[in-house]
Amino acid sequence: MLLLVPPMTWLVVVYLGAIAAMLVSAFWTVDSFTENVVREFSTANLHTVLTEPIYRTVALRTLFVALAVTAIDAVIAFPIAFYMSLVAKPRLRRFLVVAVLTPLWASYLVKAYAWRTLLAPDGPLSWATGGYTPGYGETALVITLAYMWLPYMLIPLYAGFERVPRSLFEASADLGAGTWRTVRSVVLPLVFPAIAAGSIFTFSLTLGDYIAVGIVGGKTQLIANVIADQVVLNQPLAATVALIPLLAIVVYLIAMRRTGALENV
Amino acid sequence: MFLTARTRLVFRLLAVVGFAFLYVPLAIVVLNAFNSSRTFAFPPTGFTTKWWRLAAESQGAKDGLVASLKAGLGATAIALVLGTMAAFAVQRYRFFGRSSVSFLVILPIALPGIVTGIALQNAFHSVLAVDLSIWTIIVGHATFCVVIVFNNVQARLRRTGAALEHASADLGATGWQTFRFVTFPALRGALLAGALLAFGLSFDEIVVTNFTAPPDVQTLPLWIFGNLFRPNQAPVVNVVAAVLIIVAVVPVWLAQRLTDDAAGSRF
Repeated sequence: MLLLVPPMTWLVVVYLGAIAAMLVSAFWTVDSFTENVVREFSTANLHTVLTEPIYRTVALRTLFVALAVTAIDAVIAFPIAFYMSLVAKPRLRRFLVVAVLTPLWASYLVKAYAWRTLLAPDGPLSWATGGYTPGYGETALVITLAYMWLPYMLIPLYAGFERVPRSLFEASADLGAGTWRTVRSVVLPLVFPAIAAGSIFTFSLTLGDYIAVGIVGGKTQLIANVIADQVVLNQPLAATVALIPLLAIVVYLIAMRRTGALENV
Repeated sequence: MFLTARTRLVFRLLAVVGFAFLYVPLAIVVLNAFNSSRTFAFPPTGFTTKWWRLAAESQGAKDGLVASLKAGLGATAIALVLGTMAAFAVQRYRFFGRSSVSFLVILPIALPGIVTGIALQNAFHSVLAVDLSIWTIIVGHATFCVVIVFNNVQARLRRTGAALEHASADLGATGWQTFRFVTFPALRGALLAGALLAFGLSFDEIVVTNFTAPPDVQTLPLWIFGNLFRPNQAPVVNVVAAVLIIVAVVPVWLAQRLTDDAAGSRF
């Protein structure tokens, strides 16, 4: 059991310690004259975050973007994973696994940047569609985030497909189910925990992203932008705002734990 | 098989569309690296390798590469040690709070990057009062890389089982000998794959890095971000981006060769 001491010390001290310190600092304030942090308990920041409409607006927008991105990724990833696992021949499958993993390791910034290029006023999309492009804003942001997080959905989903016992398909067919019935009633429920596992990443990554937002989002702000902008001016307030994505993801993780998603991560 | 020819065709077409969605944007970045227009007017009217020469001379990009390599190697080394230990404990022993260990290991990558970023910055700045340096970047990266090594090693341990280790002990090997001659050789592929993937994650990270890097150290992603909106630098940034896309194939391909788990257990 001594094996556990170093990793757990690291994670508890470095990570949980840092998170705890941040939680404490969320209840401090900044002196408006000296701009120094006042280390006294105060719920002023909490009050600000809960009552100022801007925080609610941004939080809801972020939630909407995260949901849209997750849904889009699930819809795109399902047929790809299905094809890779159940249709493609083994040789092709190995190649496709590499093909799915490669964009994941191509730089994050490169991908955001690629979409900035694609959606530019005189860029490829505009050229291909004869002048139409959504421009930089919320739509561009949803597309770009969906693109960047797609492999995070695809990989667990493909692994989920691989774990489905093939004999169940025979059983389903023997019982008289057609293809679509088998997909809907057998395959989908069995890969659902994998989709849930993927959604942890699509969700969490969207909640924590402020860089891509700056690249393709135009004037759109997500919750992470608000935090990043505040952190220099008012660290305690930034910590308070950070409670929103923190709580959202903890609640989400606990909910997902029930679906068995964490074993699929 | 339960699939009709028509269903296969439908899924094949959908998969083709999906893969096109994955690759067209990357292809355009690579194409633009040769676009003679400084503003990437599309379709390109001419091609040039001028930007590649400029990029090869860019000191900022080179410094960024060095900083990223240092951060990646440091973080990977720490993650390898901690991740392997945690995986052994969870996979080979039964104890109270075992599932909490997995949960704690996943947490740094599951929580939004901005939360990890400002929490670490606050801890370095006001709790520990250390100056930000390459080491604070490494500490931050190692924290979320542990899970990758952990999952790769854990998957391998689960598959190989403990029978060989028991046999080795029965034959009189000491704990160290068993590890050295039985366990480690079985793990080598998983360790290498985990290390590659952890390195890749660290190499690419920007959200947390932004908060744990001192002003005078720029990793490659920070350098790219800093130069993305400078019209002068745009073609050079684009070349660096194209190189990163092409280079990304190597670790993925290697990791895939080393272990069949690579796809199933990246996290």
